[in-house]
Amino acid sequence: MDPHFQHLYDILAHAQGYIFPNEIDLQWGILIVVYPFITGLVAGAFILASLERVFKVKILKPTYQIALLTALSFLLVATMPLISHLSQPQRAYEIMITPHSSSAMAIFGFVYLWYLAVVLLLEIWFDYRHSMVVWSNEKKGVMKWIYKILTLGVNDISPRTIHWDRKLGYIITIVGIPSAFILHGYVGFIFGSLKANPWWSSPLIPIIFLFSAMVSGIALVMLVYMIVSYLRKKAIDLNVLDAIGKYLFFILILDFTLESLDQIHRIYEAEESFEIIKLLVSGKLYLTLFVAQGLIGTIIPLITLVFLQFYKHKIKLQKTMYFIVSVLVLIGVYSMRWNVVIGGQLFSKSFSGFTSFKVGLIGLDGTLMAVFWLVLPIGILAFLLWLLPPWKMVKEED
Amino acid sequence: MSQSTSTMGNEKINTSRRKFLKTAVTLAGATIGYTWLKSSQILLFAAKPKDENLPWYGLVIDIQKCIGCGNCAKACKNENDVPIEPFFFRTWVEQYTVKNDGSVNIVSPNGGINGFEQTVPTEDIFKSFFVPKMCNHCSKSPCTQVCPVGATFESPEGVVLIDEKYCIGCRYCVQACPYGCRFIHPVKKVANKCTLCYHRLKKGLEPACMETCPTGARMYGNLRDKNSDLVKFLKEHTTLVLRPHLNTGSKLYYNGLSSEVR
Amino acid sequence: MKFYIPPQITRLALAFAIFITLFLVLRHFLVPKTFGEYGHYRGASLIDNAQPEIHYAGQQACFKCHQDIEDKKAQDVHSEIHCETCHGPGEKHVVLSKTEKILKPAGREFCGSCHVINAGKQKSMINQIDLNKHNIGKNCIECHNPHQPWEMKK
Ligand code: SF4
Ligand code: SF4
Repeated sequence: MDPHFQHLYDILAHAQGYIFPNEIDLQWGILIVVYPFITGLVAGAFILASLERVFKVKILKPTYQIALLTALSFLLVATMPLISHLSQPQRAYEIMITPHSSSAMAIFGFVYLWYLAVVLLLEIWFDYRHSMVVWSNEKKGVMKWIYKILTLGVNDISPRTIHWDRKLGYIITIVGIPSAFILHGYVGFIFGSLKANPWWSSPLIPIIFLFSAMVSGIALVMLVYMIVSYLRKKAIDLNVLDAIGKYLFFILILDFTLESLDQIHRIYEAEESFEIIKLLVSGKLYLTLFVAQGLIGTIIPLITLVFLQFYKHKIKLQKTMYFIVSVLVLIGVYSMRWNVVIGGQLFSKSFSGFTSFKVGLIGLDGTLMAVFWLVLPIGILAFLLWLLPPWKMVKEED
Repeated sequence: MSQSTSTMGNEKINTSRRKFLKTAVTLAGATIGYTWLKSSQILLFAAKPKDENLPWYGLVIDIQKCIGCGNCAKACKNENDVPIEPFFFRTWVEQYTVKNDGSVNIVSPNGGINGFEQTVPTEDIFKSFFVPKMCNHCSKSPCTQVCPVGATFESPEGVVLIDEKYCIGCRYCVQACPYGCRFIHPVKKVANKCTLCYHRLKKGLEPACMETCPTGARMYGNLRDKNSDLVKFLKEHTTLVLRPHLNTGSKLYYNGLSSEVR
Repeated sequence: MKFYIPPQITRLALAFAIFITLFLVLRHFLVPKTFGEYGHYRGASLIDNAQPEIHYAGQQACFKCHQDIEDKKAQDVHSEIHCETCHGPGEKHVVLSKTEKILKPAGREFCGSCHVINAGKQKSMINQIDLNKHNIGKNCIECHNPHQPWEMKK
């Protein structure tokens, strides 16, 4: 026996029932759990920012730039887990040069580029251009040049041009909302379009992905806002938290409804695959589905959010609760990604058995790698907040 | 900074910029034009109409004939350099045993290579049979549909193949095949599956599994040729494909397929 | 009055034009030559897929030398079974018949791989033997000639 295959022999010993002999290996591991999680954070954060802009929600103003920069820093690494899980990563460029039009994964490359270059970068650029011009005039040395390059040489700050900045930024936001919807709905489609897998194949999956994306993005912005305020030693505005909390509550409810709808539909139709899915849900997925995703990620946050709408006494306690809620929601959405990605591969396509899954720590598709891709955007965000501090922007009167 | 100098500066930049823009646009246009002329394909490479002179391969597996000896699975591993381990098979044999209480026992120890041992006591057996499995060479194959780069495709002869030099190893096709026919080759690190022994067909030989099947349970042939043995067989027997509701356009027809088979 | 185009627009258009041009130029050099020849794949891959060497020679190759076995086999129930089913891959032996010897399997287990009794086998397809009862201790080929099983040796 080749020691190279030792882990597969272990899995073989743990398989239950009958699985096809090629199903021994889980094809998509923890990195593919992280991938939709990160993309979801991007889409969610952006949608929150757009809310402020399009619907002129004044109260959310302090979080606008934070949300945009959060979205950007996560978007920059969004494709990395995908690329690092390939067994031939050096060939990844082929997706861009010969994309197969019928493949959901191929078109994702273009959806991603569109979103990165046309939506997010442009929106941030229009938003910051005025300030960057001012900064480039104020600063000395390297920083001066960095800002100069970032303005792309457009240093006209006459009222007319600035007016256009705002106008164009607004247009981009309008384009951006459907783009953000598409970006993450599309990630859901990568799974939802696979008719071979009954756990994934569902027209509701893209929509569910979208709403859970919004939930996670909003929670993340709330978290980042609190942490950034804390680090800057500025008071956290409770009104901001209340407003975000309200959105979080409604979207969490929607998300919960949609997911229940999907499961109820599955249970009622009880297709060929129903028996195996029932076993999956009550066995291998019990902890991550009912406890992590359902209880910790949905029910507890929902109750807490309702409570916070009425409880207005101890400010410190309220803030702590918002903090905990956002962390719980993030855990819940992460578990949801896990349940979809890993859960969909645990049962055999013969519907007669289960394989087992053990996450490795090291290697290109191990836990450390996944953690790295989750931590990296936080570093990028810190850098972006230093480079483009929202609190030092040039004030513009409306 | 006075108003006049800035305007003048702007105008100067504007002309040089316009020039540059013009060049850039021409360059882009020329490249697009060239790519277009080259193959009239910018990003999409359309499939060519099927060549009627080439065979269009289909397969038949006769379940009644299969004795579960596993010679096919063994020969396949030998012929196609698949690691000799109890996982990763381009073809394998399953044994279904339907018990008197209605429950179904499915096994495929080492893909059937070492034969089968009946573990269900004889008095409990309602019926039992062997089912050889392999790639169905689907004509509407979900696996080629999802490959992001075109590294798996249907050959003009209707054989679903993999381009080992182009596969990026994303495993999307493995997920998309409803029959569990694909795997990532542990040494080559690219997708792998039955090629219907394309290299043998091209040399005028039978696929290895058919060469070594002692009972002739497997058959391949040209679906276009109405006089081929395969087409005749299909005419005379009631055959079925696996998972017909998924509409994969499977070209592997089973004779005597029982409803328990997945 | 001249139509006003804000400077941001022209500059961004330029940036995008450069980016797209660069992409198209790169793409032009990176796409494999035969890509798209027959469909959305590398045409040369068809040749690659036909390349690998064969291991099983096919029984016609065997009969070129072993005419006697062909005749023998033709007279009995093993007539339809190709040589390499039992003797294993033979291409090496075909090329280097002196040095590369072919497998000569023997033993109850080997014959049993087809003939052992199992409820899954159709009675009409194959004679099934209970290895625990049928002439225990004897090797199958002591009585049966594998090329002509019913021409009993004793
Ligand atoms: S059986 Fe599976 S691998 Fe073969 S063509 Fe169909 S989907 Fe693809
Ligand atoms: S693993 Fe290879 S053949 Fe399969 S979809 Fe990915 S690139 Fe295509």
